[in-house]
Amino acid sequence: MNVLSIVVFLPVAVAVALLALPRVSDRVVRSIWIAASALDLVLVVALWIGYRPGESGFAYEVDRRWIPSVDSGYHVGVDGLSLPLVALTTVLFLACAIYSARETRRVRSYAALFLFLETVCLGLFVSLDLILFFVFFDLSIVGMYFVIAGWGHRDAARAALKFFLYTFLGSLALLLGFIGLYLAAVPHTFDIVELIRQDPLAGKGTIAALVLAALALGLAIKTPTIPFHTWLPPAHTEAPAAGSAILAGVLLKMGTYGFVRIAMPALPDTWRSYAMVFVVIGVVSVVYGALVALAQRDFKRMIAYTSVNHMGYVILAVGAAGVISSSDAQARALAVTGAVTQMVSHGLITGALFLLAGVLYERGGTYEMDRYGGLAAQAPRFAGLTGLAAFASLGLPGFSGFIAEFQIFTGSLGSAPVSTAVAFLGILITAALFLRALQQLLMGSFRSPNGPFRDLTAPEATSIAPLIVLAIVIGLFPRFLLDLIEPASRVLTSILGG
Amino acid sequence: MMDENPLALLPEILLAGAAVLGLLLGSYLPKHRQWLVRLLAALACGAGLVVTASAWSGEPMAVFGETYVVDVATNATRVAVLLSVLLVLGLAGDSIRGAMRESEFVVLLLLAGLGSVLLAGSSDLMLLAAGYLLASIPLYALAGFAKDSPGTEAALKFYLMGALLGVTMLAGLVVLFGVGGGTEYTALSSGLADAPVAGLAVGAIAVLAGLLFKAGAVPAHFWVPDVTEGAKPVVAAFITTVPKIGAVVAIYRFVAVPLGQTRVDWALLVAIIAAVTMTLGNLAAFFQDNVRRLLAYSTISQVGYLLVGVAADGRSELALPSVLLYLGGYAVTNLGAFAVVCALPRATVLADYRGLIRRHRWLTLSLVVLLLGLVGTPPTVVFAGKLTVFTAAFDADLVWLVVVAAINTVISVFYYLRWIGPAFRGEESAAPEISRWAMRTAYATAAVSVLLGLLTGPLLAVLGT
Repeated sequence: MNVLSIVVFLPVAVAVALLALPRVSDRVVRSIWIAASALDLVLVVALWIGYRPGESGFAYEVDRRWIPSVDSGYHVGVDGLSLPLVALTTVLFLACAIYSARETRRVRSYAALFLFLETVCLGLFVSLDLILFFVFFDLSIVGMYFVIAGWGHRDAARAALKFFLYTFLGSLALLLGFIGLYLAAVPHTFDIVELIRQDPLAGKGTIAALVLAALALGLAIKTPTIPFHTWLPPAHTEAPAAGSAILAGVLLKMGTYGFVRIAMPALPDTWRSYAMVFVVIGVVSVVYGALVALAQRDFKRMIAYTSVNHMGYVILAVGAAGVISSSDAQARALAVTGAVTQMVSHGLITGALFLLAGVLYERGGTYEMDRYGGLAAQAPRFAGLTGLAAFASLGLPGFSGFIAEFQIFTGSLGSAPVSTAVAFLGILITAALFLRALQQLLMGSFRSPNGPFRDLTAPEATSIAPLIVLAIVIGLFPRFLLDLIEPASRVLTSILGG
Repeated sequence: MMDENPLALLPEILLAGAAVLGLLLGSYLPKHRQWLVRLLAALACGAGLVVTASAWSGEPMAVFGETYVVDVATNATRVAVLLSVLLVLGLAGDSIRGAMRESEFVVLLLLAGLGSVLLAGSSDLMLLAAGYLLASIPLYALAGFAKDSPGTEAALKFYLMGALLGVTMLAGLVVLFGVGGGTEYTALSSGLADAPVAGLAVGAIAVLAGLLFKAGAVPAHFWVPDVTEGAKPVVAAFITTVPKIGAVVAIYRFVAVPLGQTRVDWALLVAIIAAVTMTLGNLAAFFQDNVRRLLAYSTISQVGYLLVGVAADGRSELALPSVLLYLGGYAVTNLGAFAVVCALPRATVLADYRGLIRRHRWLTLSLVVLLLGLVGTPPTVVFAGKLTVFTAAFDADLVWLVVVAAINTVISVFYYLRWIGPAFRGEESAAPEISRWAMRTAYATAAVSVLLGLLTGPLLAVLGT
């Protein structure tokens, strides 16, 4: 069995074993969960070290026949676009495993569900076959539904159902788009690499536009962008902290990853024709997400809306990469690199912020920022990490967010100057809202709904701090990441042509 | 003579033999031993499956004066029908055990199953008509089996329509015999090649009308919702699944062989029937509150998708294997959805499923898998069936039909979700009574529908791509 498949299916194998084991204590379950996630992370680090892309541009590639009559197979592999996200996935899942040491409700099912979700997320990022991609895409919705419905807060069942219906309908639109691509290809195929080689819809105006619209609708709902974001705030508010961290950190990336992996390279001409649409949707998401976040009194909802804002930058960048009339290939490659970096960076930072929000809720029983104050004095570690995460999120130099957004802006400025300028506003608003939140929570006289505010426990600190540290490492020494992404973004830019 | 080897018909003989033996046994056994008849039926189905599987790789052959064809399509129908009968026996476990007329019920199931297989294998209009009767008459009795007023009304409606279209079919047979000079398919094929178009059209459409009635396709679909709602749920599960399998294969054979050489574009007619069937089925299902009526209209729309593959036959190599795959998948998934209905005999409208997940977690999950399976969500087997059927139609230049089918698939999500939604929401309305056997059948079908979906590649290879 190929090492990549082991990485993907190790967590779910452990999950099955966990469920099959007779009577184990919660303590043992947690240890197994952490050990499995850690082992998977070690394997991914080994993959990264041994990463040598082959002629196809992919490393660790496997292509097995599954349904030969429709040319769909078990085709997996990683390249510079997917490996960073694979690594991000294992890091975040390990953080959630450590963080969940406090979870006491049905621990075994909880651990099994997260391990299952880990396999699903990894599987999606390594898929090079549309059917495989879609199956993982749908299973991620199912898994997250159960996390929210089973371990969420008061109104979780309702939020989970909304999340499920919304994203499931989106996935059907995506499936229609996939079938459109499949039928257009001669011979028919679901293989992503083969589809990109064929470019089956080149010069088929309306049909190509419809297929792109179906793909974009499905991916935009998952990302989410304006105006398909309405499932996100309730889902986040009701989800348990680790669930939110995975939802924002990994699941949202599936949407943006779908753009760079499938929508752009498989429909390059059409993408170029409609690139400005994506630029505009991106900018509107940036500004709208930031403004709505500014209006929130609820800490977790606020972070949820900043996700809309941050994903907006990614959409702006992938849109700008398709506007070829007025910019050179280098700038557009820079935008794509920025977009992928932003996915990684947002995963780390928002993951940390949601886990910190979980700490806040655990201590005070509410996310209302007005109810807290002066936490810095009582809980210096919490305050320190929250401050760092907030600064990272608003894109301060020295953090990964800066590297990502700087590249996005530089890469997009040439092709979409006005939009990029408007998107700058988003940074200003985000800065304002994070500073206000920090002031409210950390400064002033001490206030907390349930009396004294305990500082971070060891599991909480060991799960959150590494995420921030990684964000800083990428911020200060980005080359190790950029060297991986850049060749892949150059390939993507050359497929887009111009 | 070689072609009168009865062993070629062993699965059919097993079914018929088990029916006769069951009837005799049932007359002598005391009420609490009637389960032996069920056991006999299950053994006959199991033996039939083994025989079919072992003879699978044999060459296609026509037996008994070329009136009956044993090929991949017949074998696939045998497997689907025998499995369906087994599943229905499982479904019926609680509701008929120790009931009055238990063995009659089982015998009628066997005979109707046999009729469905005969429909699929017939290569002669006379045998086709016999198959039609054998696949219909036991079902009239089954529809009114409970002797209650909805069941009686359903049976009467079913019978009247069946009798009318049966006579139409016989008339068509006579006309085709007149213009084509034979009833056997290969002879008819050459006879009809230069037959007068008017006579050909009248005869062929009349024969098709009978088969469309068995398949529950528009315009012969009016009995489906009434019978599904009026008959017992177990019977409804059987009637909406098993006859359709045979009828769809029979339509395929009838259009491919005797009508294959004629100057009329029969594929276009089938394509139009497919489009109208799926659209009307879906639209009618939209606002149904009764789960059985909803499923009834869903089965109508599914026949529409199946006929898409039939319409593509001859112009795409994928057409027949995809239809057979879809038929098998449809049988398992549809029976599964009915198994959930049977498991909760008190729940008749969508609102009765409110909060089901709180008490019956696994049953609800099975329901979700099965209904999303009927929509055609990967990785279930109906997805594979739909995908390959659509591909075949696309390759046969029926792009408009693929578009209609895709739009229909998307809008069908709506009414399936109307059922799933309440199951996850709110508090439970009342403690429902549950039928264990049906519940286990629902679990099994949900698992099988996913498993078959994962095995699509090998299945299609076996079905001949």
